[in-house]
Amino acid sequence: MARAVTTRRKSLNTALAWAVGLLIFFPILWTILTSFKTEAQAIASPPLFLNFNWTLENYAIVQERSDYMRFLWNSVIIAGGSTILGVIIAVPAAWAMAFVPSKRTKDILLWMLSTKMLPAVGVLYPIYLLFIRLGLLDTRGGLVVVLMLINLPIIVWMLYTYFREIPGEILEAARMDGATLKEEILYVLTPMAIPGIASTVLLNFILAWNEAFWTLNLTAVDAAPLTAFIASYSSPEGLFFAKLSAASTMAIAPILILGWFSQKQLVRGLTFGAVK
Amino acid sequence: MATQHSRSVARLMMAPAVVLLLGWMLVPLTMTLYFSFKKYLPLRGGDLGWVGLDNYIRFVSSSSFWPAVQATLVIVGGVLVITVVLGILLAMLLDQPMWGQGVVRILVIAPFFVMPTVSALVWKNMFMDPVNGLLAHLWRFFGAEPISWLSEASMTSIIMIVSWQWLPFATLILLTAIQSLDSEQLEAAEMDGAPVLKRFYHIVLPHLSRAITIVILIQTIFLLSIFAEIFVTTGGAFGTRTLTYLIFQRVLESQNVGLGSAGGVYAIILANIVAIFLMRIVGKNLDA
Amino acid sequence: MGRIQLKSVTKSFGDVQVIPPLDLTIQDGEFTVFVGPSGCGKSTLLRLIAGLEDITSGSIDIDGSDATDVPPAKRGLAMVFQSYALYPHMTVRKNIAFPLRMAKLDQAEIDKRVEGAASVLNLTDYLDRRPGQLSGGQRQRVAIGRAIVREPAAFLFDEPLSNLDAALRVGMRLEISELHERLATTMIYVTHDQVEAMTMADKIVVLQAGVIEQVGSPLELYRTPRNLFVAGFIGSPKMNFIEGEEAAKHGAHTIGIRPEHIAVSDSEGTWSGVVGVSEHLGSDTFFHIHETGLADTITVRADGEVGFRHGDRIHLTPRADVIHRFDAQGLRIE
Repeated sequence: MARAVTTRRKSLNTALAWAVGLLIFFPILWTILTSFKTEAQAIASPPLFLNFNWTLENYAIVQERSDYMRFLWNSVIIAGGSTILGVIIAVPAAWAMAFVPSKRTKDILLWMLSTKMLPAVGVLYPIYLLFIRLGLLDTRGGLVVVLMLINLPIIVWMLYTYFREIPGEILEAARMDGATLKEEILYVLTPMAIPGIASTVLLNFILAWNEAFWTLNLTAVDAAPLTAFIASYSSPEGLFFAKLSAASTMAIAPILILGWFSQKQLVRGLTFGAVK
Repeated sequence: MATQHSRSVARLMMAPAVVLLLGWMLVPLTMTLYFSFKKYLPLRGGDLGWVGLDNYIRFVSSSSFWPAVQATLVIVGGVLVITVVLGILLAMLLDQPMWGQGVVRILVIAPFFVMPTVSALVWKNMFMDPVNGLLAHLWRFFGAEPISWLSEASMTSIIMIVSWQWLPFATLILLTAIQSLDSEQLEAAEMDGAPVLKRFYHIVLPHLSRAITIVILIQTIFLLSIFAEIFVTTGGAFGTRTLTYLIFQRVLESQNVGLGSAGGVYAIILANIVAIFLMRIVGKNLDA
Repeated sequence: MGRIQLKSVTKSFGDVQVIPPLDLTIQDGEFTVFVGPSGCGKSTLLRLIAGLEDITSGSIDIDGSDATDVPPAKRGLAMVFQSYALYPHMTVRKNIAFPLRMAKLDQAEIDKRVEGAASVLNLTDYLDRRPGQLSGGQRQRVAIGRAIVREPAAFLFDEPLSNLDAALRVGMRLEISELHERLATTMIYVTHDQVEAMTMADKIVVLQAGVIEQVGSPLELYRTPRNLFVAGFIGSPKMNFIEGEEAAKHGAHTIGIRPEHIAVSDSEGTWSGVVGVSEHLGSDTFFHIHETGLADTITVRADGEVGFRHGDRIHLTPRADVIHRFDAQGLRIE
């Protein structure tokens, strides 16, 4: 039992932590607030905090002018598609590594992780060239494949660590009970691993959603996701603070919500299990 | 431990992932290596033949190389120092008993989920704009002349933006590590008469050393290749052209593929040096 | 039917041979216990029989037909694992029904068999709970239920009681023995606990380093251990071993005498020594005797009421007809 903390000390901690927390969160909060202002209010001096006329017009304008829904849809397809494809390829691999380990399993896993360390810029031109030759430039399919490949090591890794927590004896019991390999994976492994698979899907969806190297360099118009949509505001249009804020809020809101559910998995997924 | 049959099934089930990643690694890598030995200008004559190590020499002897190395080191180093130091402080703060801990955690972690283009743009326009930015208002409020951040203090600005994005990551991992510290150890030290600072120095810090190493390694790998933050803020101007950005410009903007590829090979070697250390730690952990 | 025959079976992991060529026949309906210290290969042997591991060479016959290359599901064996290996996401009912579902039995038959097994094992009230809501003993019974519904040719138990506390272990031991009486099916039971082996087995197989040291009924092993290892392993407390001059008097390199075969007296006896620690169990008392000039410690069993104290000098007399003699290689001399 840790010793009791005085109320005074706890109040002090609380005040300090909330102050720091709000400071860190402030840019996001400010963006959300600004998105409900008019352009004039957005650049008013001194800045308006809450005392302004709330309006939704920026959201309407952003949607109307730039067809926000199309970018959103591209993001959903690219992030969702790459994650699902990745999981489908990774589940069997993770099963094999976790339950039929051999001497080389560790090496294969480390090698997979090391491909994640390959700097994108080092292979930018080859991929760009391949995309042109294969007609994949500015297609959603092409991006799904690339993002799946860059996240595959993390997906395999996360699933592997989750699967390893499932005792091998349970799968052996299923085998003794007459289950085929397919039945074993379908009726025993998958239901037990659902929480792990869900967290893996969540984290990788977020990573793919926010990916901003390949999505910027391999898309133009048709397949551009939200990352590219926002980047287009770096031109003078960005000076329209309220509209920029509305667009930004729409781009980050879904993922902020998903992100809050995945805090714990974040540590596991991004440190490759080296911090527990 | 398993039977011959299950081992061959296992190989089959690993095959798709292994083959795909092998292809993803080898094909572009081979192509990059191939191009790096050629004079290759797609828009000005295409393949102009083999040039040996010419690109490698030209890349490092160009006037932009050393500034780019410097910019990269300053950004990576600056962000690492800020995120690790603040991360430790923040993690220790969040580990204290308080009201609304869950909500504070969420507030602190949030920036990590903001897409890089959004955070760069929001900072660039709404905070760092010399006329209407919030920081300009703040400066004026204190009677100071607003700074035009991204041109006058470009490096500081980029480091600020990137640190804001990565501080949650460092904090979260260090917090996880702190929470695994046995509180009895600290109490024992307190019984032994160690004052707060000594306790931090002799018990908390050593306990965190592994987590700190991992934060540094992983962040280094990601920070070496930051792109969007520079792309939408300065576009590589005002001394913020990092190695990654320099290579990007050589390859896609000036379409000097041979030169850019040689730069890419340097980038790969650099990342691999860091990766080796990281993989060692991960590998050790796998045995446990 | 469940006659299992191992013919020069070997098993190697890489270059390490964990089971050298081994022959063993388990008769139909027999309760056979594999016992030995940890790492002796007893669990590996069970997994070879189950088909969860390949044998490196040799063959395994089940009911007279070669099962060496038959996958585990098709061998007609059921296994109870050390960790119980229940499916945590399924209710007790679904756990027990799982093997029947895999065998594509019709629902009515499944229900009938599950109900039957549940009533035999006192699980009827728990059928709709999940394993996480059950006590250790109940989980154990579910694992057994899952094994018996299949009506297998033989049951394999892999240290099934090692996760239970002492009191529960004694109860489950009886339940498993009763189950064997009722079903009269072949059972192979792996344990490191010689008490479990002695109390349950028809036939005990003592293993060390993958080698069968001796096969026999509990009393055979107790009365005529073939070598020093079996002599020391079977029986509790452990047999006393005496070497040197005293052994030479019996024409042996080592002699062994069980604690319960030594009489104690405060006045006279063959040997004498000083009482060290005494363990009072009520029914019996065990004395650890030092300074006998024979071995570091001689353990003796006396009646529960015998009241020697620490430091008393007492006298010991071994029963001459139950002194076990071993040669320099540790083998029994008849």
